[in-house]
Amino acid sequence: AFFWLVSLLLSSLVWFIAVKASDPRDEPLQKGLLIFGVMFSVLLQETFRFLYYKLLRKAIEGLVALSEDGCSPISIQQMAYVAGVGFGLMSGAFSMINLLADALGPGTVGIHGDSQLYFLTSAFMTMVLVFLHTFWGILFFHGCEHRRWWEITAVVVMHLAVSGSTFCNPLYVGSLVPSYLLMAAAATWAYLLSGGSAQNLRRFLLCKS
Amino acid sequence: MTELSAHLPQFQHGQLTENFPDNHLSNTNDNSERRRHDNSERRRNDNPESETNGQPQNNIQQVVEQDEEEDEELTLKYGAKHVIMLFVPVTLCMVVVVATIKSVSFYTRKDGQLIYTPFTEETETVGQRALNSILNAAIMISVIIVMTILLVVLYKYRCYKVIHGWLIISSLLLLFFFSFIYLGEVFKTYNVAMDYVTVALMIWNFGVVGMICIHWKGPLRLQQAYLIMISALMALVFIKYLPEWTAWLILAVISVYDLVAVLCPKGPLRMLVETAQERNETLFPALIYSSTMIWLVNMAEEDPEAQRKASKNSTYAKQAPANQTRNEDAEADDGGFSQEWQQQRDNRIGPIESTPESRAAVQALPSNSQTSEDPEERGVKLGLGDFIFYSVLVGKASATASGDWNTTLACFVAILIGLCLTLLLLAIFKKALPALPISITFGLVFYFATDNLVQPFMDQLAFHQFYI
Repeated sequence: AFFWLVSLLLSSLVWFIAVKASDPRDEPLQKGLLIFGVMFSVLLQETFRFLYYKLLRKAIEGLVALSEDGCSPISIQQMAYVAGVGFGLMSGAFSMINLLADALGPGTVGIHGDSQLYFLTSAFMTMVLVFLHTFWGILFFHGCEHRRWWEITAVVVMHLAVSGSTFCNPLYVGSLVPSYLLMAAAATWAYLLSGGSAQNLRRFLLCKS
Repeated sequence: MTELSAHLPQFQHGQLTENFPDNHLSNTNDNSERRRHDNSERRRNDNPESETNGQPQNNIQQVVEQDEEEDEELTLKYGAKHVIMLFVPVTLCMVVVVATIKSVSFYTRKDGQLIYTPFTEETETVGQRALNSILNAAIMISVIIVMTILLVVLYKYRCYKVIHGWLIISSLLLLFFFSFIYLGEVFKTYNVAMDYVTVALMIWNFGVVGMICIHWKGPLRLQQAYLIMISALMALVFIKYLPEWTAWLILAVISVYDLVAVLCPKGPLRMLVETAQERNETLFPALIYSSTMIWLVNMAEEDPEAQRKASKNSTYAKQAPANQTRNEDAEADDGGFSQEWQQQRDNRIGPIESTPESRAAVQALPSNSQTSEDPEERGVKLGLGDFIFYSVLVGKASATASGDWNTTLACFVAILIGLCLTLLLLAIFKKALPALPISITFGLVFYFATDNLVQPFMDQLAFHQFYI
């Protein structure tokens, strides 16, 4: 969570500087700057995910060195999951919490002609992002572990795609549907990477031992 | 000679196992109160003794190494556990403060200032405002420094009665007066009708139970809850009565002061620590939040009650009542006490006092070393001043930030990460460390950064419904 926060900080610093340096009345430029800010932020987030992976790797090595039987008490997959959840939680919290606070107060949604589904779609979008961050965490760390660069690039590309798809908001079908599809894909991929399989799933669902 | 060798391995073994829980004590108690080096040195000092025996030396070397490894591993494991044990109360305190700030408007209304900050910030020019806030901060910090030095002097000259009286008065003030005001404001906010008799009864009960829990004995959870509550009350008072720029300046300066006072050889807090160490006493137990009761390493007794009594009787004349948060005066003292406590406290009660006893006991009962404290039971301690200043930072962030919840959340995460780092440093350096600087620095950086940089960005993103 802390790492995500730092990445957000740095990316907003960049955006802020860009905005201050530009003409505030030029609408398309501002929007363009915002888009640039978003893309930059995505890249920075993934960079920080990588840095976090490096840090956790060192920590695991330290733990392994100290433990008695040569294996660390927490596996890299668990750490990947936790890292993903941390990123997702922080991202979700920052996206949603002001919205929620305002939702507690009086008001009408979309009274000025904006979409009336604003809160709903925000909620769904945040949820899909949280899930995605979790899955991306697992995929990313797995890719780093096994030196499969294509996995890492796939994660980055997916992230960029999801963020990019939100640019068609308020045309929600353009952003929510692809995001959910991508989430399903990432979920199955992460599940398979973590050692799951169709048999496992069937056994779990049928409550066999 | 043979008898000597027969005893020595027992003694060695006993001492090593005794050191083992001692390490846990020191490590778990305050995350390495004692230096690990001290332990290993002590063991190595023992080894030359055993050299005369030759034979047991190898065993002992192996046991030493194994102990050191287990030691470190357990340090890490318990270190992580302690971090969690401290996260919960710090989080609770912050949650209480933020919840109050958001709902009860009394604490965000400007109703004047304390006499310690006489200069107003409602000035015409920015320069004037800056100057006033600097002067305010300077006055406040000098008051705190004077109070700390006074406390150190009183402690040095053994004027315990004065200190106790001071602490009792301040905790009385806090538990009765401030909580009465708080309750009144909460009732006003929620428009709850209440009569004086009920309020009197409630406040009386709350206050008396609080005094007993904090200054005497009481269930651990209740004592912890009370300490959290009084920290929150004190933080709320600060948030209300300190003007904007002054508050931020004070936070910054106090973390610098904390750093200086604890680490410099002539710093007042360090002198306090050393004096207490010389006297083999604990300072003010109730000034500190502790996650478990202090247990003396008392081999024969497993009974926690007896141990608690033993510790309280032997370490201090009466349980030092130390409401950290008594007046605005001496908070910083407490703030400074934070981590050293971890160090000295157990240092004193743990190793130094226990070892002679344990040695004697061990020689008598070689296999009984397990009856010493269960390492899990020893907890961590954090000074109440740290609670207060963390909560002041987060509370001010939630009260005055334009980014509102984003800023609050960012400061919260920053403070917790700072706390983690501080505990890590503590585990590495095994010295008295101040808990304020790292967390407050992170918190301040994140507050200003989030408020000014992230807030506009997130606003724009939310407006267009872009997601990053």
